Parts: sequence; C-alpha cells; structure tokens
Amino acid sequence: MTQDSAAPIIEIKGVTKNFGAVTALKGVDAVIHEGEFFSLLGPSGCGKTTLLRLIAGFEQVSGGTIAIGGKPMKDIPANQRPTNMVFQSYAIFPHLNVAENVGYGLKRKKLGREETAREVEQALDMVDLAGYGQRKAHELSGGQRQRVALARALVMRPKVILLDEPLSALDKKLRDQMQHELRRLQKSLGITFILVTHDQEEALIMSDRIAVIFDGAIAQLATPEDLYRRPATRRVASFIGVMNFLDATATGGNGAPYHLDIPALGKVEIAADQAPAGLDAACITSVGVRPEMFTITGDDTGPFEREVEGRVAGTDYYGDMTYYSVALPGAAAPVTISMRNTAGRAVAREGSTVTVGWGAESIVLLE
Amino acid sequence: MMGRAMRYASARWLVVYAVAYMIFLYAPVILLPLFAFNDGTVVAFPLTGFTTKWFGLLWSTEALHGAVRNSAFVAVSTALISTVLGACAARSASKYRFPGQRGVMGFIMLPLVLPEIIVAVALLVMLIQLGMSLSLWTVIAGHVLICTPFSIAILSSAFAGLEDSLEEASFDLGETRWGTFRRVTLPLIMPGVISSLLITFTISLDEFIIAFFLTGTDVTLPVYIWSQLRFPSKLPSVMALGTILLVLSVALLMVAEVFRRRAVRRQGMDGGSTQGLI
Repeated sequence: MTQDSAAPIIEIKGVTKNFGAVTALKGVDAVIHEGEFFSLLGPSGCGKTTLLRLIAGFEQVSGGTIAIGGKPMKDIPANQRPTNMVFQSYAIFPHLNVAENVGYGLKRKKLGREETAREVEQALDMVDLAGYGQRKAHELSGGQRQRVALARALVMRPKVILLDEPLSALDKKLRDQMQHELRRLQKSLGITFILVTHDQEEALIMSDRIAVIFDGAIAQLATPEDLYRRPATRRVASFIGVMNFLDATATGGNGAPYHLDIPALGKVEIAADQAPAGLDAACITSVGVRPEMFTITGDDTGPFEREVEGRVAGTDYYGDMTYYSVALPGAAAPVTISMRNTAGRAVAREGSTVTVGWGAESIVLLE
Repeated sequence: MMGRAMRYASARWLVVYAVAYMIFLYAPVILLPLFAFNDGTVVAFPLTGFTTKWFGLLWSTEALHGAVRNSAFVAVSTALISTVLGACAARSASKYRFPGQRGVMGFIMLPLVLPEIIVAVALLVMLIQLGMSLSLWTVIAGHVLICTPFSIAILSSAFAGLEDSLEEASFDLGETRWGTFRRVTLPLIMPGVISSLLITFTISLDEFIIAFFLTGTDVTLPVYIWSQLRFPSKLPSVMALGTILLVLSVALLMVAEVFRRRAVRRQGMDGGSTQGLI
C-alpha cells in the first residue's frame, strides 16, 4: 500500500504554527506522495485542520517549509497554489447555480464558453450529477452540495485536493456511500487527496496512509493496517479502535525476541519484528490486545496456541457481533473480547466460565 | 401563525388601540394631499374646491427646482459615500478582531444618538475655524457623519450572514481578492447595500438641522420648504410639494422592497439577515 516508488508531491519539513500564544503545530514532518490518499487524523483541536490550511495557503507557517511539487510555497498565496479545497461547509456560492459554481474557477483560466461548459459537464458527470447544472444551490441536498464542492475542485485539475472533514455533515448511510465513492474517484483519477477527519473508521477505510496527530505533532504516520496492528504509543492504540491494556514486564529485545511476563495471560515470547523499531524492553509496562485477537473457544474453533480461563462479567449484543467483558484472573480490569455471532454459536451467558484463546501474535508491544 | 393572529384579533381593546394609533400616526399625513388639492389660499377647513394649480405653481418655481437638484446631489453623494464607508467599517468589524475594537466601533456609532443640533453646531464651529466656506459639500460631510452609523448597522447584518469559507473558496479557486469581492462578496451583500443606499438617501433627503447650519447659498429641499413657510400664501404649494415627496418616498420604498425580495430569492439566502430594515 505504501508508495515508496511514487514521487513526493508535498514535503512538509519542521512546520510550526502559532496563533498568538497558542501553538497549533509544533514541528511537523511528512512527505505525501503523488496519487496517494493521505489522511490527517486526530481529535478536534489537534492541529489537523491548521495543517491543511497551511498547505492550502490560507495560513502562513510560523516556521519550517512546505513544498508542493518540489516548489517551496512560502509567499505563494492560496489562489496560485496547485491545490483545491473541499470545505467542511461545502461553501457553495448561494447566488450561483450548480454549473456556475463548478465553472467558477475556470473563468480565470479564460477558456471559451463551449469549453467551459464541456469541462463543467464532465466534472458533474464524475460526481454523478450530470444534468444538474441548472439547479439552484438551495435546491440541493447535503450529499449533492458535497458533490458540487468536489466537482468544483476537480474541474481545476489540481495536483492535490484537500478535504476538510467533508463527510461530517452527512448522515451515516450517505457517509458510508460517499467514503467509497471518494476512494473510487481518487483511484481512477490518480490525484493526491489529503483528508482531514476525526473519524478513525473513515480514515482506515479510505486512506493509503494516515498521520495521527495529537497536540500539534504527528504521533504516528503509517498505513491503516500498520496503524491498527502496530500502534506506536498507548494513546494511538486507544484512539484507533478498541484496545485492551494488560500490565506486563519484559526482558530481551534489542534485535532479539522479547520475553514477556503478563500476569493475566502468562509468559510469552514475541518476535523482535513484531515490536516498534528500537523498543527498549525496560520501557514496556503494558501490552495491548485487540478485542478480536482473543477468542472465546467453542465447538467451531480449533485449538489455540495459548488458552486461559475467564468469567463472563457482561455482554453487549450488536446483532452481528457480541462484545464480552471477561474477567481474567491476574488482570486489573475485565478485558473486552469481540466475537462474531456465526451460525450455531451461542452467546455465552453472564457469569459463566469460558476458555479464552490467544497467541503470541495477538500481543501488541507498546512503549 | 393563524391561531396567533386570531387570538390577538379577539382581544378587542387591542384593535381599538391599533386603530387609534394608526389615526394618530397618519391623520396629519392625510391632510397633506387634502390641502394640496384644495382651491383656497388658506390652509383651513372647510375645503373650498378641487384644483391642481398648486402643483402647476411648483412646476414654474425656479428656486424650487434648484433646491430639488441640490437635495438630489447631496442625498445621492451622501448615500454613496456613507455606504462605502459603512461597508468598510462593517466588514472590518465582522472579519477582524483588534485591540480597542469595541471602543472604536462605539465612537463610530455615536452620531446615531447625538442630538443633531449639537453635531451641526460643532461642525459649523470647526468649519469656520478651518476657514472653509459653506457649500453643498459641507452639508454632505455632515450628512455622511450621521448616515454612516445607519449604513454600518445595516451592512453589519449583511456581512454577519456571509460565511467566511465562501470568500476562501473563491480565493482557493484562483480568483483574486478584488475578483472575489466582485463575484462573491458584493452579490451576497447586495440586499444590504441597497437597503443602506436607500435609507441613507432618505435620511439625507429630509434632514433639516445640519443642512440648515452648514449650507451656503445653495439650499436643500427641507431648508427651502422651511423658508417658504414664512409666507402664508406659499403654504398650499408646500402642501403640494409634501404630497409629491410622500408619494415618491412610498413608491421608492416599495420598489426597493420588491427588488430586495427578488435579490434574496435569487440568492436562495435566508431573508432574515436584512429583513425589516427597509
């Protein structure tokens, strides 16, 4: 999924941004590749939107440099940058119809009347709004406004499209649909997309790579799979999905396997390549286990590498899934275990004793 | 809405109050056209007959034509200048935050509540001190001073309804700052601009005290009317003039309101931001 071979399109080096006494970004480094779907993910107020606005040129960096297509962007205003933005509010011009909105930026390009109309129709076609050109802005639904905003950016043929939480105003069903459409469109056009979002699932579904931002700094920059499977810190681990944390002590490491002693599970050896690079065994005070990396054994499951007895302290039934809260002897708090409700599998009752299967690969090593 | 209206209507004394209020408000105004068409030099009942000669008289009064021209010039200039100034002030007040902003805005809005006679005397003293001669331009200066706060108040609400990201989107799409203003900002605040032009025009047109103090040899319409009131024989033609002004202002307001509604509809905007100002 990483595009090591692709050329860098945006290079961010040591970027800081202060608003008066408030530091929004404190030294961000990242390289975004051509044709990549890149997400800036973090809680609100973490600086992700500030970074996007710095790339767009709406704000000026306090320190560091941003280069787009190899060209430093210092002193280049937003209207001369090869980027176009899809705003959170969509910013559809209310006094113009759909075609005039989409063709807005083409006017400066001095295309002929017919060529403009053709470009606009083509862009509307891309976002499945063919024939909507004469609609008024206020006649559009939320999803349609979002498509118009996207078409308006696409028609400019920018090197990079910036999306500022574009789906947050849509209802869940429409959001799911737009996530896939955006992804499909980005792949077919090969344009670099940079998405700002606070929705972890959205970032995982859509992105080639994700930069997790906390407190104005990138906490981890990785592919969705790496981010989920090997979160760099405890904070990243609990921000992306659900993670059980279990007390542990470790020895070894430094290129050799880690020997872990986890009171709740027992002793286990973890391969060195399963840990974040350069993790010192002495720094390990806890390990993480994802809910689906535990299995409550039953008739339909095979033997497990390791098994441990536990007592069901609670269940949350979601239809397709059941989330169990299971107390393990030696664990400070019950662990969360998710199981698919497959055919023939009974939901274990509260208070019953169950066997929990796990393996060395279930364990996530954290600082 | 219906239920509410009916509940109010059923309160009988409120109807009585409303009717009495309307009579108090508009009865004197009705007198204007009544005496304007009355064939008698004395403005008193009983009416003596129908005539249009007072209107004919207006047509042939040269001094009046001069006053109308002067007033039109002053009112149009005032409307344009105070609306431009008001737009700048409203824009900066809605978009930027700077130290002492509330104080500065308060000072700009102050002429709204200052007694006009104070403003007029102060301006007159200052102009004399500066050795400037009185002309229509000094009247315009005085009118701009009192009209700008109205313009700011009207345009502030127009700018407040303008989303920041619209201008950013335009700039992001390659448009220049001036182009953004022309293609996005101006069309969206247009109803406010029209309201402002109209209201400042009207205020300037009928303003008397400042015009009286600051005018030179060229008088404006209100000052001319005042000068005519000294001659009882001129009273019926003043009534005729008043009638024309009355019809004109009502027509102007109606046209402006129609225009404003059309603009709001075309933009698909919520009319609430500018409603009730005209």
